[in-house]
Order: sequence, then C-alpha cells, then structure tokens
Amino acid sequence: MPSLSRARSVESKNLLKGLAFVSPWIIGFVAFTAVPVALSLYYSFCDYPMLQKPTFIGLANYRELWNDPIFWQVLRNTFIYAALALPLGMVIALGVAILLNTKIRGQFIYRTIIFLPSLVPAVASAMLWLWLFNAKLGLINVALRAVGVDNPPGWLSDITWAMPALVLMSFWGIGNTVIIYLAGLQDVPRELYEAAELDGANSFRQVWHVTLPSISPVIFFNLVMAIIGTLQVFGTPYIMTGGGPARSTYFYTMYLYDSAFRDLKMGYASALAWVQLLIVLILTAIAAWTSKHWVHYQGK
Amino acid sequence: MSTIPTSKPETTIGTPPLQEGVALTAYAASAKSKRGRRLVFGRPLVHLVLIVICTGAIVPFLWMLATSLKTLEDAMAFPPTFIPRPFQWNNYSDVLTNPKANFLLWTRNTVIIATLAVIGTTLSSAVVAYGFAKIKFRGRGVMFAIMLATMMVPFPVTMVSIFSLFKWFGDVTGEPWLGTFKPLWLPAWFGSAFNIFLLRQFFITIPDELSEAARIDGCSEAGIFFRIILPLAKPALSVVALFAFMGIWNDFLGPLIYLQRPEQFTLALGLQNFQSQHGGTPWHQLMAASVLVVLPVLILFFVAQRTFIEGIATTGMKG
Repeated sequence: MPSLSRARSVESKNLLKGLAFVSPWIIGFVAFTAVPVALSLYYSFCDYPMLQKPTFIGLANYRELWNDPIFWQVLRNTFIYAALALPLGMVIALGVAILLNTKIRGQFIYRTIIFLPSLVPAVASAMLWLWLFNAKLGLINVALRAVGVDNPPGWLSDITWAMPALVLMSFWGIGNTVIIYLAGLQDVPRELYEAAELDGANSFRQVWHVTLPSISPVIFFNLVMAIIGTLQVFGTPYIMTGGGPARSTYFYTMYLYDSAFRDLKMGYASALAWVQLLIVLILTAIAAWTSKHWVHYQGK
Repeated sequence: MSTIPTSKPETTIGTPPLQEGVALTAYAASAKSKRGRRLVFGRPLVHLVLIVICTGAIVPFLWMLATSLKTLEDAMAFPPTFIPRPFQWNNYSDVLTNPKANFLLWTRNTVIIATLAVIGTTLSSAVVAYGFAKIKFRGRGVMFAIMLATMMVPFPVTMVSIFSLFKWFGDVTGEPWLGTFKPLWLPAWFGSAFNIFLLRQFFITIPDELSEAARIDGCSEAGIFFRIILPLAKPALSVVALFAFMGIWNDFLGPLIYLQRPEQFTLALGLQNFQSQHGGTPWHQLMAASVLVVLPVLILFFVAQRTFIEGIATTGMKG
C-alpha cells in the first residue's frame, strides 16, 4: 500500500519538524518547570540548609509547619488580605468597567487614566504609597485632617491600619482588571439589551439580567487570576512594611522567601511552597466547580 | 479575549506578569471595538463618578511629581502645599549622581537584561508557536495542553529549586551563575507559555495557502517561518516584545533572589535599595528616582499604544 507508507513517511517527517520547532519549549519545560517542580517536592521532605546537600527527613518539615505559629499567622494574614482585596477589587473594577462602557464623551481619557497606575512598577508604586501613607506629611492624612479628622490613623506603622492600607493601595492598580472586563463587555450582543429594554427593564436590571450573565466567563477568568495573584502577594508589602508592624502584614510568600533566602532553610521553604500550591489548587477547583452554576458560555 | 488560567502575578524570571499582558491585549482590543451596545445611565452621574475615580487614580502621580520637584524642607513643610516653590529641578541630577546610588548603572543593567530577555522570548516563543500552530505532529495536542497547564504553577513553588538549579549550573560550568545576569534572561530563550499561546493564536489565522505555495517552490520549513510568517507577524511580535520588556522592567523578586552586589542591581532592586539605605528618607529624591523608573514605562505605553491598536486592527487579530 504505497499511499499508506507515504502517509506514514509524511507523518514521521512532520513529527521531526514539529519537535524541532517545539524543542526550545520542551527543553525549557524540563529544565525550568518539570525538574524544578519535582525537585521542590523532594526538597520539601529534606533538611536542606542552602550551603549543604539536602538530606531526606520525611515529613518533618510538614510537622514543623503544623506547629509553627508564624506559618498560621502568615496564612491568616494572607487570607484576610485576599478576603478584603479580592471581592472589593472585583466589584469596584466591574463597576468602573460598566461605567466606562456607557456612551459618554471623554471615554478614551477616562480609560487611559484608570489604566495608567497598573503600568507603574511595583517598586515605584511602593515608594509612592509609602509617601502617601506617611502618618504626618502623607497626602492621605493631610486630606483627612482637612475634612475634620483630627487623629487620622498612622497607616503603615499602626497594627490595625497597616493591612487596610495595603488593601486600599491595591485598588489603585485595578486598571488592568477593568480593561479585561471592558473587553468582555464589548462582546455582549446588543440585541440582548434591546430585548431587555422592550421588556421594560431599567439600566440596573439590564446590568443584573443581561450584562453579568453575558460576561460571566470574564468574571470567572478574573476571579481565578485574582485568587492566584492575591495569595502570592509579595513585592509591595516586602518593600513597604517588611511584614510589620508586629507581623501584621507578614504574608505567605514573604515567609517563604525569608525561610529560603534569609534563614537558608530551603527544605522548609519548599514545604511552604507545596502547601501554597495545594491551597491555590483547592481554591481554583472550588471556583471552577461552583462556576457551573453561574458561568454561562455563549451558544450554550 | 483569551480566557486561559494563568498565574505569576507580580514577578517571574524572564516572563511578564501575566495579568498585565492580558490586560494590555485587552486594552488594545477594547480601544478598537466600537460595536458593543452601551448602557445609558444618567450621563452627568456617570461623569461625576468617573471624574472622582480618575482623580483618585491620577492625584498620586501628581503628588509624586510635585514632591520630586521640591526642596527637602518644602517636601517636609507642614501643612504641605501642592506646587513646589521653587521648582527644584536638580533633584533629578542629584539622584543620578548620588554616590550611594548608581541609577545610571542600574538603568544600563536593566537594559542589558531586558534586551537579552526580549530578543530571547520573542524569537523562541515565535519558533515554538509556529510548531504548535502550523505543523501537525503526534502529541502536539498533549504538549500544548501541558504548556497551558504550566501557567497554573505559582512561581514560589519553583523559586527555591530553580535557585539551587542555577547554583548547580555554576558548579558544573566552573563559574558561578548566581550573582550574574544569566538567571534573569536565560530562561526567556526557551519560550514563555503565555507568549507562545498568544503567537499561536495569531499564526493560526495566517492562511496555509501562503506557506503551501512557498513549499512547492522548494522553500524549507525554516525558510517559510523566517521569510513568510515572521514578517507577517510583526504586530503580534511587538506585543510580545513589549510584554517581555515591561516584565523585566517591573521585576523585583527575580533580581532580589539572584543579584547580590549593588553594581549589578536592576533599577527596581536599586530603587528599593536606595530607599532602605536612607533611614530618614529624603522624600524629594526618592520621588525623583521613582519618576525616573516610571517614566520610560509611561512613554513606552503612549508610543506603543498606537502601534498596538493599529497592528491588531489591521491584521484583524483579536487578543
């Protein structure tokens, strides 16, 4: 059967060509994902002081984690931060996006201004907000005093206000989420609004019954991104508070970083990393599982 | 809209923060689209709310700019004023020539790393994306799925082992890799999942007839890729290059892990170091330095915004 063998030779030629083109990714995948993930799992069962070789110690790291009050504290802090920043951020971003999607003048300018802060490098925005939150001279407290608040909070130096300050600051970088919503909003078929309008639905009912169901896949996408993102919060608190005061803003990834590169406990840090991965996977799975009930894909 | 699960929020090695990449693509797409039906609320109310929000977004920028042009006394004056008096332009030159900082060198370092990473990630991602998009081979689907799945792995999970891997590379090659730029740009040369995905989506839209014709004329697969596909893909490639550049410019955790000596710092790490070195922070200089770090990104955004939108609109590609 000549045609079959020719097909086979084309197929094997294609296989070689395909593998040749894809090979950079294969090498990169093995070197920078597969092997590191496997190693990291192995290290999590090891005593590995950075400068010496890892020695297998079984579950000891995980047992130590369980009994480590700092672990529970960073976990709690991270969840509190996520519980505040994530839902508020999603709602604000969606609200802004819906407003930006109305037919008004100056839309382009509004959109650009709202997007700009999310371009600012984390380190630079950390510097800026350190200054804005400055207890005495910061613009925020100056404004608060101007409107009659005599004793505005000390923000980053205050145990109760440091966390809300970081949450507040996170809303400044909301622009990219807004833009993703906006792109989703513009794909909503206009017939749906027209039909709703004929049925006598006002703007708010249209948002509830047309907009939200139509963009539910985008909401789901942003939700998953936000879960992964907020659980890994690192740069800004590391720079702005160093986890203080009194560990009130000490987050999970900061503890992981400190365990690895300050305390040189690489095995312990790996165990922390695997617990983090597990939490991310569980939360993402929950989101995906519940999404069956509220995410509607077009054409279904 | 590309709806794919992604991770790596703040910083990674050689790849851009994913959400930013997605958002920039979406930004370009949203700027182009005029067809969505818009809801009609009371317009004055919408303007009012948007103006309040925009004020909140822009005032921090202006405050940064204002402080960067003040004398230290003016910056620390109580009650503070918005307009600097006098305008202290030499804050900028003072920062650049500050003996305790070395912003010019840090800029140079960042540009070196960014150049290598941008070229690497653009080229390698394009090559891989072409393989996934245009060559039918066994196992392609599985590999592509694995690639998408890798975007779910949080960076902290592999942070420690990749660090020890680079330490080991140093032991094997006989010269240290830690404390050099290599860990910051080398991984970019093996393609990054998000960029590969993006470029693949683009390559799929290029009709096969073009490459078939070239193939009949005796053109090799590599020839087709370099002479036909790449030139057509310029707009998409520039999007990838831009993401990669911003990823490096913003990266903090990568340099924090791998770089130890101040002469090697990147701008982001240098800025943080400059701040932590000064206990009683000279806010005027710190803000001037921050403006210097932000400015290139803003300029790039305003310059590239048009290229993006035009490129994406003319080729009919949708992020």
